[in-house]
This record gives sequence, structure tokens and C-alpha cells, in this order.
Amino acid sequence: MGERKIRVLIAKPGLDGHDRGAKVIARTLRDAGFEVIYTGLRQTPEMIVEAALQEDVDVIGLSILSGAHMALTPRIVELMRTSGLEDVKLLVGGIIPEEDISKLKEIGVNAVFGPGANSEDIVKFINEIVVV
Amino acid sequence: MPESDNLVEQVLAGNRRALARLISLVEDGTPEANEAISVLYSHTGSAYTIGVTGAPGTGKSCLVTELVKHLRTQDKRVAVVAVDPSSPFTGGALLGDRFRMRDLAGDPGVFIRSMATRGQLGGVARATFDVMRVLDAAGFDYVIVETVGAGQNEVEIARVADTVVLVDAPGMGDDIQAIKAGILEIADVIVVNKADRPGVKNTVRALKAMLELGHRKREISHHGQVMIQTDGFEKTLIDDMWQVPVLQTIATQGEGIEELAQAVLNHAEYLSSTGIQAERDRVRLQNELINRLRDRLVYDLLQRMPSQDLEKLVTAIAARELDPASAVQSLVSNSKHE
Ligand SMILES: Nc1nc2c(ncn2[C@@H]2O[C@H](COP(=O)(O)OP(=O)(O)OP(=O)(O)O)[C@@H](O)[C@H]2O)c(=O)[nH]1
Ligand SMILES: [Mg+2]
Repeated sequence: MGERKIRVLIAKPGLDGHDRGAKVIARTLRDAGFEVIYTGLRQTPEMIVEAALQEDVDVIGLSILSGAHMALTPRIVELMRTSGLEDVKLLVGGIIPEEDISKLKEIGVNAVFGPGANSEDIVKFINEIVVV
Repeated sequence: MPESDNLVEQVLAGNRRALARLISLVEDGTPEANEAISVLYSHTGSAYTIGVTGAPGTGKSCLVTELVKHLRTQDKRVAVVAVDPSSPFTGGALLGDRFRMRDLAGDPGVFIRSMATRGQLGGVARATFDVMRVLDAAGFDYVIVETVGAGQNEVEIARVADTVVLVDAPGMGDDIQAIKAGILEIADVIVVNKADRPGVKNTVRALKAMLELGHRKREISHHGQVMIQTDGFEKTLIDDMWQVPVLQTIATQGEGIEELAQAVLNHAEYLSSTGIQAERDRVRLQNELINRLRDRLVYDLLQRMPSQDLEKLVTAIAARELDPASAVQSLVSNSKHE
């Protein structure tokens, strides 16, 4: 009867200033037909994982420009595990050095998108990785 | 054991992950959701529901946040359902209310869920109502639903709440629209938020004037009784002496929140002491029953009918060989003979 919709949480952990990039990606994903929960700036890992749980999202997208990705992401992955959200996909967007990308993927991040990433690629990736 | 049984048990035991999963199943309109609700249903009926509606940007989410904080000081468990429209073109939605409710994060007595209107069969109101039922069964004392008061959908959603709070703000220029959408008629409490802004007095005065107009009309046409209007199917008349208060708040500073909470409480007491609450519930459930029955019968009939039969009928109607009412007559009598 109804329809299954892919739900994505877009969050900006850390303390750095603006969330323009996160907003742009949130709109792009909405236009691609996803239901996007936008939680905005200065989210702690606890807030992000709690929101993902309550909203029952398929994907968490983190926008990290502050360079704090290696501090924030492992904590989020750990909280996801203790909250039973192992099946939720985790994407990280931002300026991430090459050597950190492989480290992030090792701890369970599904994909990393740099600032120049094509939004169509992100949409395509989500459509492929989420089992509807 | 079906998955839904397991989920129901976990929801009743207070598992938040299971609750979130079940809400998704309800939103998706799955058969498991129906099974789950049939088990959960006997656990519903104890939550008090509050609808918060009003034009975009009037401060509904900020106000809901403050109201929840207030209810939490009384140790009440509160769930919030924040409804935003889906794009009719892409089916996507940007759900941004949670962003304003960040102060509520980390409180285990609060559960927030964002919901898109989607293109629900039977209307978004039914899906929202079922989500509220699940939250009710999960043991929340209050379930608050935020909707943007802009169209018929939103009025429908607000109508399922026990107390409807209409939020306005100075300088929105939307007063006329609110009446058009029929929102003023269903408001039990009116809040003029952003009372720190210029023009508050004008907005309050305008709303009071419109309320009086509305009331006079009611009294003239219904002799001091008010209609509980329900999908045009059933109308019940009961005396309505409720005076809709017009309050002022500054959500961003937490001002006027106690008065708002008190007004909601007064309204709840009014509803229960007059018997209106019980009457409303009955009418609401009767409507739901009839709507569901209608959907089911139409669905069953269309399922049984070869699709080319329907097309033939439409062609005949379009060619003016047959009128729609006679077409229905023939469909119904044909299906009886099967
Ligand atoms: N000056 C002032 N601003 C307020 C007040 N309450 C809310 N705001 C601001 O109004 C803006 C919108 O607030 P929200 O709570 O998101 O409004 P909303 O009605 O939920 O908005 P939508 O859900 O998008 O329709 C925010 O920037 C708030 O900070 C208030 O009492 N005074
Ligand atoms: Mg809002």
C-alpha cells in the first residue's frame, strides 16, 4: 500500500562555523527523493546518534570541515554500535586527507566525499547501498 | 513468531529503537504495522494529544520545545511528531523542525520524530494518527504534533489532536489565510508568538476580532451549539462554552510558556468535564471506521474487476454514453452478483 522512503540524517558535528555545505547537500538529497532530517550545527556525537535512532534513518551523513574528523567519527561509530545502529550507513563529507580516508573506512565509514564531490554520485551511492 | 509481535513487545517494554522501527513500518503502510497496531490498540487511550499548527516560521518548533521543557519539569514523558510536506514532484522532503528542538536532546523522557506527508492512501491524517497511537501505547503522557498550517492536510492532522494550538506572529500577514484554511475554527488556544516584535497588539486584536466573528456565526446558525465536523459524514451538536484564549509568548526567551501550558490544561479539563472529550473520540473513531471501510471496499472491488472493465466504463463516461452515477450503480450491482 504505502511506499518505502530512504531517510537520511544530515548533521554537522564539531564546533566550526557555518553549515552552508550541509544545507546544500540536504537540499540535493531532498530533490533526489529522499526524506532528509536536517539537524544543523554543533551536534555532539551523542545527539547525532540519538537523532538517527529516533528518526530510524538508513543513512547518516556527516559534514566535517574542522579537521576534527578523526576525533569525532570513531566516537560516532562506537555510539552507533552500542545503540544497535550497525546497519545504518555512514557517509562523511568534508576536507579529509587521503591517509585518513582509508582509516575512516577501516572503522566502518561507508564512503568519504570531498568538497568537489559530484552530488549525483552521492545520490547514486545512497541508492545503491541502501537495501529497500 | 512474526516480526511485528517481537517489535510490539519491545515497544511496550520501552525500547526506543523498536519504537522508531515500528513508526517507520506505520509510515510505510506495511501489513506488519496493521498487525502491530491491532495488538497495541488496547494499550492506547491514555496520552493527551496537542496539535500545534500555524504559518511557516511563526515559531512553532521553538514553542513546542519550551512546552516540552515545561512538561518535563512535571516529569511527564513527551513525544513530538513534526510533520512537514513532501515534494509532490520528487517525493523527497526536508525535515528541519528537529534542528530547532536541539535543547531537548539527551532527555530519555522525550522522543522526537520527523514525518513527511508523503502521498498516503487515506490521507496523511490517518498515518499520523497511527503514529500517535504507537507513541500513546509506548507510554508517553503527551503526544505533540507540529504541522505547518497551510492546507487541508494540516487541518486534518490538527483535528486529530485533543487540543489544537494555533500559532501566529506579528507581521506574518497570514491572518486571512488562516481563516480560509479553516484553521481558526479548529483552534482551541491561540498563541501570538514573537511578542518581542513590533505589531503584537495589532495581531492580537485582529485575531480576537476574527474569533468573535466566528463565534457569532456559530451562535446564530447553531443556537449556541458547536458542530463537531467530521469529514461531512456525521455532525454532532454539543454545547460549546469554551472561550478560546489569545496568549502572547516569546518562545526564544521562554516567556508565556507557563500560561500556554495552563491554557492547554484548562482546555483538557473543560473537554473531560463537559463530556465533549468522550463524544469527540467516538465521532472521530466512527469517521475513521467509515473511511477505512470505504477504502477497503473500493480496493476490494477494484481488485476483483479486470482493469479493462474500468477503462471501458471511463471511455463510455467520457463519450457521454453513460453518466458517472449510473456507472457506479452498474459496478456495485455487478459485484454483488459475483
Ligand atoms: N524574535 C523572536 N523570534 C522567534 C521567537 N520564536 C521563534 N523565533 C525565531 O523564528 C524562527 C522560526 O522559528 P521556528 O520555531 O523554526 O518556527 P516554525 O514555525 O517551527 O517554522 P516552520 O516549522 O519552518 O514552519 C527562528 O529563527 C526562531 O529563532 C520569538 O518569540 N521571538
Ligand atoms: Mg517548525
